[in-house]
Amino acid sequence: MADFLQILITAIAVGSLYALIALGYTMVYGILKFINFAHSDIFVLGAWTSLTASVCVITWLKLDTQQPPLWLAPVVLLCAMVVCGGVAFLVERLAYKPLRKSARLNVLITAIGVSLLLQNVGQLPGFTAAEKDGRSLATVPFGPSPSRMPSLLPDTSLISVPFPSGDPTIPAASVQVNLVDVFIFVSAMVLMFGLQHLVYRTKLGAAMRAVSFNTETASLMGVPVDRVMSFTFVTGAVLAAAAGFLYALKYPGLNQPAHEIWVLLGLKAFVAAVVGGIGNVRGAVLGGFLIALIEFMGMYLFSKYLDPLMGTNMGTNLRDVYVFSVLIVVLLVKPSGLLGTPVREKV
Amino acid sequence: MSALTDLIPAHRPSLAQSLFAGVVVPSLCAIGVGTLMQFGVGPVLGDYWTSVGVQVGIAVMLAVSLNIVNGFTGQFSIGHAGFFAIGAYIGAGVSYYGALLIWNDASAMAHGAPLVWNNSKSWLFGAGEWLMIGGAILGACVAAAFGYIVGLPSLRLRGDYLAIVTLGFGEIVRVLLQQTRPQVFDGAELREMSAGELVIPPLGGATGFSSIPKYANLWWVWLFVAVVVFFAYRVKVSSTGRALLSIREDEIAARAMGVNITKYKVRAFVLAAALAGIAGALYAHSGNVLQPRDAGFQRSFDCIIFVVLGGLGSISGAALAAVALSIMTEALRGPEPILENWIALLILTAVISIVAAILRAVGNRGWRITLLMAVTPLSILLLGLASKFFTDATGINLADYRMVVYALLLIVVMLVRPNGLFGLTEIWEYFGPERAKKPPTTPPTASQAAAAAPTEGSRP
Repeated sequence: MADFLQILITAIAVGSLYALIALGYTMVYGILKFINFAHSDIFVLGAWTSLTASVCVITWLKLDTQQPPLWLAPVVLLCAMVVCGGVAFLVERLAYKPLRKSARLNVLITAIGVSLLLQNVGQLPGFTAAEKDGRSLATVPFGPSPSRMPSLLPDTSLISVPFPSGDPTIPAASVQVNLVDVFIFVSAMVLMFGLQHLVYRTKLGAAMRAVSFNTETASLMGVPVDRVMSFTFVTGAVLAAAAGFLYALKYPGLNQPAHEIWVLLGLKAFVAAVVGGIGNVRGAVLGGFLIALIEFMGMYLFSKYLDPLMGTNMGTNLRDVYVFSVLIVVLLVKPSGLLGTPVREKV
Repeated sequence: MSALTDLIPAHRPSLAQSLFAGVVVPSLCAIGVGTLMQFGVGPVLGDYWTSVGVQVGIAVMLAVSLNIVNGFTGQFSIGHAGFFAIGAYIGAGVSYYGALLIWNDASAMAHGAPLVWNNSKSWLFGAGEWLMIGGAILGACVAAAFGYIVGLPSLRLRGDYLAIVTLGFGEIVRVLLQQTRPQVFDGAELREMSAGELVIPPLGGATGFSSIPKYANLWWVWLFVAVVVFFAYRVKVSSTGRALLSIREDEIAARAMGVNITKYKVRAFVLAAALAGIAGALYAHSGNVLQPRDAGFQRSFDCIIFVVLGGLGSISGAALAAVALSIMTEALRGPEPILENWIALLILTAVISIVAAILRAVGNRGWRITLLMAVTPLSILLLGLASKFFTDATGINLADYRMVVYALLLIVVMLVRPNGLFGLTEIWEYFGPERAKKPPTTPPTASQAAAAAPTEGSRP
């Protein structure tokens, strides 16, 4: 029971990150009508930027590495958001905007190209940005080797509920709610409600919805379509940057090459957007939590029940398989997603 | 039956004619290509370049097979490596475990009579090599079955969703292969395994499948390259190919014209998967260790860039892109072998340039494209030189930047030439007598236009 609850808590924390990334996918799809493959790379860029920024600030200001001051986290988050927003703006202007009138396949291939460009530029051996005792701590771009994010939050658990086991030989397990998990959940919630407010309560949000509904009519009504599209794109990237920062807080080991684990994580968020109904903001949030639950519960149930049965040890290794199987099933049964409305193709 | 069919003269070839044109001639051509590569080109190349030649052939097969889905049909598959991996592991399993069960010994080359690289001391066909061919055929069939399964969602999904499904498929295949049991090296142990244990086959898991006999030499690989290219070309010019191209241009219009979209989309996936399976089986026999990582997203992406650069729908364009990019990758990775062969590359450039000059002299349009091809070996040589000097001067290996350059190329090609360098056009369609400089000044009469109509569309 204790391990089940613990996994549930992790699933909720990771689910809120999936939801944040899925929001970016869904917003871009709603307005630009294509899947931004580079979105998961923006997420990874956010994580690596947070790492580099925090290492740099700590080294330059000679802060305490073990217990950095609490103001550092918001500063690093802001830094990641600015960098990702800037990169996304450039990508939209240089790569996607010239293709607005061309076939979907071409835009898709370009998106894959942008994704690979970001990934591989990120892996280039870079210039040293922070060094200590002649040893390079952080580089720009991030270099080919893995690195570790300094802990910006104290590693404390807020709530700890002991679960005594009936058998006295087995030590009592306890369910812990860590500060990191709560921080992730609360920040994700704040950002999501902020986005909800932006889309449904502001003039800009009305313009975004109008462009999403019908680009040409919106343009005729005086909506500055290009600017709204750029803004939407940058907003999605900023949310992904926040997700990257939060993810790096929870799992501080950052890998290179990124595509093996991290980009896959972004793609799972895309699955979340599709499952919730792409183009639908609430659907993305729902899908994010759902996908995380399926992933972690699948891992838990498989390792607990199926692995002993088959004499294997692969429950946790199959986590991507659960997610992509769910994607295929949803696409076959209800291609528009849980909350999406089916689109009629007009001739 | 109807009056219309009576009016059309029957041009159906007899069975013997179609067998001759469809089986005998291409088989002879394929054997000719294989023999030329093995005995003509192989001895000139030397060991290192022979192994590169094998990998280039596999890249060509992958590019041509992916072109059936991405180029002809306009569906976007980015999980092609999944089919490749299925073919590779089945091919490896058949030939390794088959040898283990039959001869109790799967040590490399024990039962083939291989033309090992340059060592052409023995005859061509050993029992082990037939095992490889059997494995390749089985791998192609299983990959085709998976192609059917992956093709099914394509009926309900448009472009980008399908891309994600295929990506997910590729990842699932890779992850599942990593979970397989460790390899069995003993025939007796293999026989004692129960059926329950074989549910998860002993394919080596993440550490890889090792000691697969190295049968795939230039002869076999380029024989299959010829078969695959011929097959893809026949598909392109057949009624199936026209149906696929119509789906690519406009799905709704194609359906309105009576094209069964379901059938043809799935058919494209099945064909592409089968050909990728063959490429995979040969790949398994070309190196020593087969790892799930070999069939990762990177390989799918390599196939996509071949197809996109070479031309979405152009078989020869995709093949040419596969050859050029594979060799350029080698040039960046280690320029020394390139620089050692600088004479050969210069001679190649000179020969192709002379051909271009002759073509120009006889007034053939193809001289421009031939000249363009002559630049390729020269640019490989220059790239090798630049890479060497750059590495010597700065200590930075240019191979690190390869993927950055590819990604930029992909974006730029999409912005500048959305259909790839060659588009739908095959390279040889650039050849032929020079067109008249002046277009006809009078517009064609109605009867002329009607007479010209049926030939439209058959040639781009």
